[in-house]
Amino acid sequence: MTTHQGDGPVLSIRDLAVALPAGADRRYAVEGVSFDVGPGEIVCVVGESGSGKSVTAFSVMGLLAKGELHAERGQILLEGEDVLKATPERLRDLRGTRMAMIFQEPATALNPVMTIGDQIDEVLQIHTKLSPAERREKVIAIMEAMHLPDPQALYDRYPHQLSGGQRQRVMIAAAMVLDPVILIADEPTTALDVTTQAQILQLIKEMQERRRTGVLFITHDFGVVAEIADKVVVMRYGKVVEQGPAAEIFANPKVAYTRMLIASVPSLEPPTRTAASGEVAVRTRDLVKGYGGKSWLGRATQPSVLAAKDVNLVVRRGETLGVVGESGSGKSTVARCIVRLVDPTSGAIEIAGVDIAGLSTRALTPYRRRVQMVFQDPYRSLNPRRTVGASVMEGPMNFGLPREEALARARRLMSLVGLSPDALDRYPHQFSGGQRQRIAIARALAMEPDVLIADEAVSALDVSVQKQVLELLDQVKREFDLALLFITHDLRVAAQICDRIAVMRRGEVVEEGPTRELFLDPKHEYTRTLLAAAPGRHLGPAVAAE
Amino acid sequence: MTAVVDKTAEGAIPPGDEPTPAPAAPASHLAGTLRRYPLAAFAALVLALIAFGAVFAPLVGTTDPTALNPAARLQGASATHWLGTDHLGRDVWSRLVYGARVSVVVGLAVAALAVVVGLVIGLFTGFIRWLDPIVMRVMDGLMAIPGILLAIALVSVSGASIVTVIAAIVVPEVPRVVRLVRSVVLSVREEPYVEAAVSVGTPLPKLLWRHVLPNCVPPLIVQATYVAASAMLTEAILSFLGAGTPPIVPSWGNMVAEGRLLFQIAPMNLLYPGIALAITILAVNILGDALRDRLDPKLAKRVGQR
Repeated sequence: MTTHQGDGPVLSIRDLAVALPAGADRRYAVEGVSFDVGPGEIVCVVGESGSGKSVTAFSVMGLLAKGELHAERGQILLEGEDVLKATPERLRDLRGTRMAMIFQEPATALNPVMTIGDQIDEVLQIHTKLSPAERREKVIAIMEAMHLPDPQALYDRYPHQLSGGQRQRVMIAAAMVLDPVILIADEPTTALDVTTQAQILQLIKEMQERRRTGVLFITHDFGVVAEIADKVVVMRYGKVVEQGPAAEIFANPKVAYTRMLIASVPSLEPPTRTAASGEVAVRTRDLVKGYGGKSWLGRATQPSVLAAKDVNLVVRRGETLGVVGESGSGKSTVARCIVRLVDPTSGAIEIAGVDIAGLSTRALTPYRRRVQMVFQDPYRSLNPRRTVGASVMEGPMNFGLPREEALARARRLMSLVGLSPDALDRYPHQFSGGQRQRIAIARALAMEPDVLIADEAVSALDVSVQKQVLELLDQVKREFDLALLFITHDLRVAAQICDRIAVMRRGEVVEEGPTRELFLDPKHEYTRTLLAAAPGRHLGPAVAAE
Repeated sequence: MTAVVDKTAEGAIPPGDEPTPAPAAPASHLAGTLRRYPLAAFAALVLALIAFGAVFAPLVGTTDPTALNPAARLQGASATHWLGTDHLGRDVWSRLVYGARVSVVVGLAVAALAVVVGLVIGLFTGFIRWLDPIVMRVMDGLMAIPGILLAIALVSVSGASIVTVIAAIVVPEVPRVVRLVRSVVLSVREEPYVEAAVSVGTPLPKLLWRHVLPNCVPPLIVQATYVAASAMLTEAILSFLGAGTPPIVPSWGNMVAEGRLLFQIAPMNLLYPGIALAITILAVNILGDALRDRLDPKLAKRVGQR
C-alpha cells in the first residue's frame, strides 16, 4: 500500500542518547548510537543483557517507560521524520502504519480473549476506513502471506488454540498488515524451538525480500545473526562497539569484544571424545510418566498424556549424556523423575544398582544425596530470603553434617566454582545470573553426589557467561568423577559438552549415540531436521577456534 | 507497558557477569510507610487510642460501667457523665470504654487464632497432594455454614461467654485463611528453589518453615486485619442479638441493642456505640489497605511507590 519510495534509509538513528534515572549505575542506557536501516535490509543489533539493544528498539517505537527513561540527545529519523519530536497522536498514527514491532513472547503479546482475526483486524479498524468486508479480506490475505494454515478457520480461533510458532506468525501478520516500512523485532525467536525459529526467520527474510520492509532485529544469538543479517550492529554497555556488513563482521571482526562474542558461540562440530568406561551411575528402564490419569477419588485410569514413554538411559561416572529435544519432548520430565521431584508412572530408576522409582519419601532420603540438580532459571533457584551460605549448607546439614564442617565445605566449594568464600554471607540478588548458577552448582556439589543433572542450566545466560559455566560443569565432572546428565534444547551446547546424546521427541528417545557420530551421521529423520534448523550452521570451528 | 518497564530494568543491569544492583532495601520501615500513607497513619493513631482506652479503662475518667443509678436515668452529657447515662442510669462513657475491651479482645484473638490455625492447615494442605482434596472439601463445608447461625448454635449449647463468641467467629474464618495460604503455597511449591530444597533432602516441616512460610506472611498480615474487623462486627451483631457476651459485660453490641429500645427518647445511647464501632472498623480496614499496598510490590509500583 505505502511502500517506501527512493533508496534512502527508512530508519536512521543519529547520535541517540537515552538517559537513565538518577542513581542508576551509569548515566545513559544508550549513548552515541548511530546506524541506518535501508529498505529491504535486515539490521541485527546484537549484545548481551544490559547492552541497551532493547532500549534502542523501544526508543524508535516511542515506548520508553515514562518518567524513567527519556531520549536526551539525537534523532530517530523514520523516512526523514524525527520520531523523538513527534506528538503522541502522530506517534500513535506512525505505529502500525509506518513502523511495527513484534515481541519475544508471542503467548503474552496476544490478548487471550480475542480471536486471532479480531486482533489483526483491530489494526485495520484503528488506522483505516475500510469496510468490514474489505478488512476481513485483507486479514485473510495477510494470514495467507504468513503461511498460516487455513486462514478462514483460524480467523475465529483463540490464541491458546495455536502453537507458539503460529502465534508468532499472527503477531507478524498484525505487524505487517499495513505494510510498514520498518519492522522492529525484539528477540522474536528466543522463546521458540529451533525448528520453529528456523521457519520464523525464513518468514522474516521472505517479507524483507518481497515487501522491501526494513527490519531492525534485536537478538543475543550470533547464530541467528549469521542466518539473516545484512548488517550487524554490536552493542555493549549502551554503546555501539562495531558495525558493518554481516559478511565482514563474521570474516574479520575488528573489535576484541565482537571476536569474543563470536568465539563464545559453541561450534556445531563436536570434538572427538573417548567413550567413558566408568561404572553405571544411573540407569532408567522403560521409564514412563503420564499426566492426567487420576479420577476424582484417586482411582487410576489410563493416563491421558504421556510425557515420557519407555525411556531407557544409562549414564556412567565420568560421562556426560546430553538429552536434546524441543519443548514438550519430555526431556525435563525425565530429569525430574530421576531426581524424584515427580513420581514416575512406571518403570525403574536405578541409582547405584537400587531401583528408587517406587521408594517412599523416607526410604528415598539416602538416595537424594546421590542425585543433584542444577536448574534453568538462576534467578529463581535460590531462595531470595536466605543467604547463599544457608542455601549451600542446607543439604549437608540435612544429612547431619555439623555446622562448622558444612561451612568449611561450602567455603571450599565457593572457591572451586570461582567465587569468594566470603560471598556466603550475601543474598542471591547481589549476584549476577552466571554467579548464581555457580552457586547452584556449589549447592549441588555440597551433597557429594554421583549424578549431576543440569536442566537447561545455561540457557538463561549470556553467551560469554554460558561458556564459563559450561567449562565449570565440565571441570567439576572430571574432578569429582560425576555422571552428568545434561538436558538442553541447544544443539551447539550439546555438541561441545556431551559424550553421548539422546534425542527426544514427544516423550520418546528417537535416537541415541556418541555425539560425534550423531552429528556427522544422524540416523533418525527428526535428528536431521533438528540439525538443519540450528541457526548459523556455517558459524563453524574456523571462527570458534580463534 | 510492563514489558517496557522490564526492559528499563534490564538497561539498569550492569553488563557482563557483574552483580545486579540490589533492589531497593525494604523501604525503611514504619516511619517511611506512615509518611507515605497519612490516612493509614491516622487510622493507626485512632486504633492506638482505642487500644489504650481499652487497656487502661479505669484511668480514663470512667466509673463502674455496671453500677446502676436509677435516680439518674437517661441524663444528657454533663461533667459527671461525659456522654450521659442510659435507661438504668449507667455511665455511657464508661460502658463505651469498657465495651472497647470486648471488641479489641475479640478482634485480636479471632485474627490471631484464625491466622495460626489457617496457616498450619493451609501449609500442609497446599504441600501434601493427597491431603488437599480432603481438607478443602471440609473447608468448603465449613464455609457453607452461616457464621452468625453457627455462633448462635454454639452459644445456645455452651452458654454465652467471650470464649464461645471467639470460637464461634474463628470457625467460619479459618477456611478463608486456609484458602489464601494454600493458594500461595501452590505457587511457591513450583519455585525452583523449593524444588532444590526438596532435592537436597530437606524434611517437610523444615521446608515449609524456611522456604514456604515467609512467602505467606505478607498476604496473611493483610488478611488478619480484615478478619479482625469482621470479627468485631460479628461480635457486635451477636451481642445485639443477645447471643454474644453475657448482658452484664458491657459491649458495643449490647449497648446498641439496649439503646434501640429508647431510641426516640435518647438517640445518642444507640449512636455512641454505633459510631465507635464504625470508626474502629474503618480504621482497621484503612490500615489493612495500606498494608496491602505496601506489601504487594506490584500494587505499590502502580500507585507510584517503589
